[in-house]
Amino acid sequence: MIGAALEKLFGGKRYAFGVAVLAVLIFLVFPATFDSFRLNLIGKYLTYAFAALGLVLCWGQGGILSLGQGVFFGLGGYCMAMFLKLEASDPVSTAIQSTPGIPDFMDWNQITQLPTFWRPFHSLTFSLFAVIAVPCLLALIIGTAMFKRRVGGVYFAIITQAIAAILGILIIGRQGWTGGVNGITDLKTLHGWDIRTDHARYVLYFVNAVLLFAAIGLCRWILSTKMGRLLLAMRDKEERVRFSGYDVANVKVFVFVMAAGLAAVGGAMFTLQVGFMSPSFVGIVPSIEMVVFAAVGGRESLVGAVYGSLLVNWSKTYFSEKFPQLWLVLMGALFIGVVKVFPKGLAGLYESHGRAWLASARERLGRLLSPSRPLPPAGAVTVVPAVSTERHEP
Amino acid sequence: MTTIVDAYAPVSAASSVAAPAEPPDKARRPMQDYLLSVEGLTVSFDGFKVVDDLSLAVEPNELRAVIGPNGAGKTTLLDLISGRTRATSGSIMFKGREIRGLREHEIVRAGIGRKFQTPSIYESLTVFENLEMSYPGGRSVFGSLAFRRTPEVIARVEEAADTIFLADLLNRPADGLSHGQKQWLEIGMLLIQNPDLLMLDEPVAGMTPSERDSTAELLNRLSATHALIVIEHDMEFVKNIAHRVTVLHQGKWLAEGSMDFVQNDPKVIEVYLGH
Repeated sequence: MIGAALEKLFGGKRYAFGVAVLAVLIFLVFPATFDSFRLNLIGKYLTYAFAALGLVLCWGQGGILSLGQGVFFGLGGYCMAMFLKLEASDPVSTAIQSTPGIPDFMDWNQITQLPTFWRPFHSLTFSLFAVIAVPCLLALIIGTAMFKRRVGGVYFAIITQAIAAILGILIIGRQGWTGGVNGITDLKTLHGWDIRTDHARYVLYFVNAVLLFAAIGLCRWILSTKMGRLLLAMRDKEERVRFSGYDVANVKVFVFVMAAGLAAVGGAMFTLQVGFMSPSFVGIVPSIEMVVFAAVGGRESLVGAVYGSLLVNWSKTYFSEKFPQLWLVLMGALFIGVVKVFPKGLAGLYESHGRAWLASARERLGRLLSPSRPLPPAGAVTVVPAVSTERHEP
Repeated sequence: MTTIVDAYAPVSAASSVAAPAEPPDKARRPMQDYLLSVEGLTVSFDGFKVVDDLSLAVEPNELRAVIGPNGAGKTTLLDLISGRTRATSGSIMFKGREIRGLREHEIVRAGIGRKFQTPSIYESLTVFENLEMSYPGGRSVFGSLAFRRTPEVIARVEEAADTIFLADLLNRPADGLSHGQKQWLEIGMLLIQNPDLLMLDEPVAGMTPSERDSTAELLNRLSATHALIVIEHDMEFVKNIAHRVTVLHQGKWLAEGSMDFVQNDPKVIEVYLGH
């Protein structure tokens, strides 16, 4: 029974092994190795992993390339930031403004009254709901409009990219409503809890990590149902799926909305951990970067998407610190490497080389430990205890 | 007209009790007795009529072959019936219901299965999963999330696999199958849909002679319980399977009747051999 549940959630022992290794890394190794600043950076990288997970579903499995995931990441982040900003703009701390009680950037832009669409964001419940609902609704509208008209492939990618550009311009243009190019900054507390302290950063890192594993579980579950096979079938032969009695557009809308919702959760966690949200996380460049994370990790692999987000973002930080002149070139080299040398990403490399290497290493180890006894059957992988027992208190 | 109907009268006699008493014209039986009746179907692309005023009627359990030279509009005819291409005018009645204008998946759900010219299967999935994908259940988004592989589904898949000679290969990835096996697999995928009408576009293209024989036998068996429309270039094969043959030429109906009859029709000889 437990085996069956494991199979459903993690796709069997093999997959569970991959998830377990990742869990050890994120819940134990990183918090034990890095200081609060570096851990916060990793937390930020992991928020991108949500968007990359969504792309694995939508692009890797379903074959729908979206170059606009930054839109949903950004909207989720903005919904969260609006709540935090309103909380930071209470009449007492904004007493020096000409209109106290509204966000500072509105005051700078001669706005004297809180815009109507900002008002519901006084409520945390509404804001949390909006974090998911607003991006999903937009994805539903875009998806329905495109897929019902059979817009797909490269055209869909271009349109999503255009939407990312449009939203970026819109946010920058409506400075009084959105904080313009600076974004929504100077966020302080979440329901009275200061999010800027080291302790809060630790807690948020773990909240983010738990949500990430919940997201992996959800994606894994979707892929284990008939929906998962339907996505693959659609990627292989869309026409055949249609002529097997499926309304292909609905399936595409569903997976696109799922991807948007995942990216939105990442965006909200980004705002909480980094302490601001700005249009530079909405437009074309971040959207394409998210596709790169998924591609480097291996676009068909959920765990790979997390590794891809970690690796690319880590190297971005590392290269830009160590080789300020070279880092863009080195990033470019990484991307060329993915396309030319390992098109299936890190997950593909592991499948083709890593697994065999692990197996031979285990064999050698086994021979070393018990030279006379026969080897244990292949596949007898020791499964590390379930994720929940490894919760680590900082 | 009369001679053509005469020519296939013996065939109808075999499949329909009332046939001998029927008057020898097209209106000899009410339209709703046909499973599929196409009337005055026309489609033009940029003014060029690919299918021109075509009428055709298929009875239940009839195996109809559609032949014709390249560009005769055979595949377009299937595209029109299956909703892949929208007709400019005309009507397509299926089981007494107008299906022209319905969307592809609605036409499939109404009971028409369609096989493509090149084998169209899902290479990333196993043979079992390919067949299961066509099972009429869990076709909506949430239905597919809640879909369970019940014993009934497994039984249906195994039954279909048995029919299409792939019972031993259920757990193989589909991309490892031979070309002929892929053709069979796609036919099996149609069977699981439980259609009343199967439309097959060149089902034996690329098959070995023995695979052709098996396919002919398969189609003959299927015609006991389904109506079939088969497009084929291989005349020997058509002779083996067809109850009745419709010849198209440049989008128009040219002749119809038994294989022997149409082969001896001077108009048919003209279009096939005349140039």
